[in-house]
Amino acid sequence: MTLVPKSKTVNNKAKQQASKEDLVDFEISLLLEAILFRYDYDFSHYSRASLTRRIYNCLEKADLPSIADMISKIIYDSDFFELFLKEMSVTVTEMFRDPLVFKTLRNQVVEQLKTYSRINIWHAGCATGEEVYSLAIMLKEENLLSRCQIYATDFNNQSLAIAEQGIYKADKISGYTRNYILAGGTASFSDYYQANHGHVKMHTDLKQHITFAHHNLIKDQCFAQMHLIICRNVLIYFDKKLQNQVLGLFKNSLFHRGYLVLGDKESLEFSDQLGNFTIVAKNQRIYQKACYE
Amino acid sequence: MSDNQEDLSFTRQYQALVIGVSAGGFNALCYLLPLFPEKFPLAIIVLQHRGESLNHNLNNDDDFLISHLQRLCAMKVEEAKQRDTIKAGRIYIAPAKYHLLVEQEHIFSLSLEPPVNYSIPSIDVLFNSASRCYKNQLIGLILTGANHDGSLGLKTIHDNGGLTLVQSPDTAEVATMPQAAISKHKVNHVLALNDIAKFLQELILRGKSKW
Repeated sequence: MTLVPKSKTVNNKAKQQASKEDLVDFEISLLLEAILFRYDYDFSHYSRASLTRRIYNCLEKADLPSIADMISKIIYDSDFFELFLKEMSVTVTEMFRDPLVFKTLRNQVVEQLKTYSRINIWHAGCATGEEVYSLAIMLKEENLLSRCQIYATDFNNQSLAIAEQGIYKADKISGYTRNYILAGGTASFSDYYQANHGHVKMHTDLKQHITFAHHNLIKDQCFAQMHLIICRNVLIYFDKKLQNQVLGLFKNSLFHRGYLVLGDKESLEFSDQLGNFTIVAKNQRIYQKACYE
Repeated sequence: MSDNQEDLSFTRQYQALVIGVSAGGFNALCYLLPLFPEKFPLAIIVLQHRGESLNHNLNNDDDFLISHLQRLCAMKVEEAKQRDTIKAGRIYIAPAKYHLLVEQEHIFSLSLEPPVNYSIPSIDVLFNSASRCYKNQLIGLILTGANHDGSLGLKTIHDNGGLTLVQSPDTAEVATMPQAAISKHKVNHVLALNDIAKFLQELILRGKSKW
C-alpha cells in the first residue's frame, strides 16, 4: 500500500467513481500531450479554465462528440490543428485598445525613442494586428515611423494573415475613432484607411515598416535587440513559471533603457524581473529596462 | 424540489457565492452586499455587467464600484485579480472588459475570448468555471438585469449539485434576467431582494460553516 504513489491511489478511486469533470480533465491532459508530441506546442502552462472553454468551442465547431475523438483528429490532420490553434488564440482586440496606454507612450516614451537613429520594436502576440496598426499610426504622427522596424509576431498563422492584410469590419470604426481621439491622435483617423463594401483597408504605407512573422513565445528565442516591446494580454493565459520565462526572454531582447508594455491586468509586480526594470507608468503597465552602467 | 434534497442543501458547507447582475445592479449590490458580516464564511464573487460609458476606456469604472462598495460593506471588497487565491470573507468584483474564470486551484484567471451573450465579462463563463471548481459547494445567484446572460451558468451550477437562487422578478429593477434564469431550470429558491441576505445567513448557520 505504501509503495503506491498517492496520485495512483487517487486514480484507482477515480476509476470507480470518476466524475464527468475528472474525465474531461484527463482527456484534456491527453490532448495537450498529443499536441506537444506531434506539433511541439506546449499548452501545459496555460490557465486551464479558459483553455477548457476554447477546447469545447472547437469541439462544437468541428462537430466532434468528445475530446477523446479530437485527439486522433489532431494527431493525423494538421489542417485541423491549424483550426484548433486559431480557436486557442482567438481574442478580443481593437484599435487603440486602452487609449491611455497609447497616449502615455506618446507623451513619455517617444521622446527617448527619438534619440535613436534606428528603432526596433517588437509587438509580441499581435493577433489580428489592430494594435500594431494603432502603434504605426502613432509613430507616423510623431514622425518616427520611417526610422522604425516593427516586428509583429504571433504563433497563429491565420491571425498573422489577417494582420498582414490589414482589412477590418467597418462597423467597428466609430469605436476605433473614439479610441484614436482618446489616445491623443493629432490628425483624423479616417486618414489611415480606405472604406470599401463594409470593410476598411489600412493604408499600405503603415505596413512598410512592419514585418509580420511567426514566433512562438514559449519555445522560440530572441531574434533582435529591441528598443520597445509590446506584449499585451498574452501573459494572462500563462502560469507563473511561463510568465517568468517569457518576461526573461523580453528582458534579454531589450537594449538597456528599452521599454516594455504589458496588458492592463498584467504586471511585473510579482515576477522575477521586477528588479531589472523601473516603472514608467504604473497604471499603463509601461516599464523601462534598468541601465547599470 | 423534495424535502429530502432541501435538507441536504441546508447541511452542506458552501465555499463560494457567485452573483451575476446587470442593469439595475448598482442599487441592488449597494443594498445586498452591506448586509453580510465582516467574517462571512464564503467568498463572494460578483459579476456586474458594465455599460459603454464614456469613461469605459479610462479604467475608472472598476475603481469607483469597488471603493464605493467598500465604504458600504463590512466585508473586504477587492477586484478579482489574475491568479489571486480566492479567500472566504472577501467580496471580489469582476473587472470590466475581461472574462473572469475560476481555476481548479481556487484562483482567478482572466481571458479575452469573444463576448458570450454579447457580454464580456459574461456571467455564464464565470458560473460554468466556478461550478467546475466548487461543484456542490457553490451557490449561484442571479439578480436584476436586462439580458439572458447567466441562465445557462446557473443551470450548470444546479446540474453539478450546487444551490441556485434568483431574485424574484417583481423585486428586480429589470426583471428580464431573473425571468430568463427561472425559465431555464427549476431554481431552488426565488427570493425578494430584501430576503436574500437573511436566507443565506440562516443557510450557513445551519450548515455549521465556521464563522
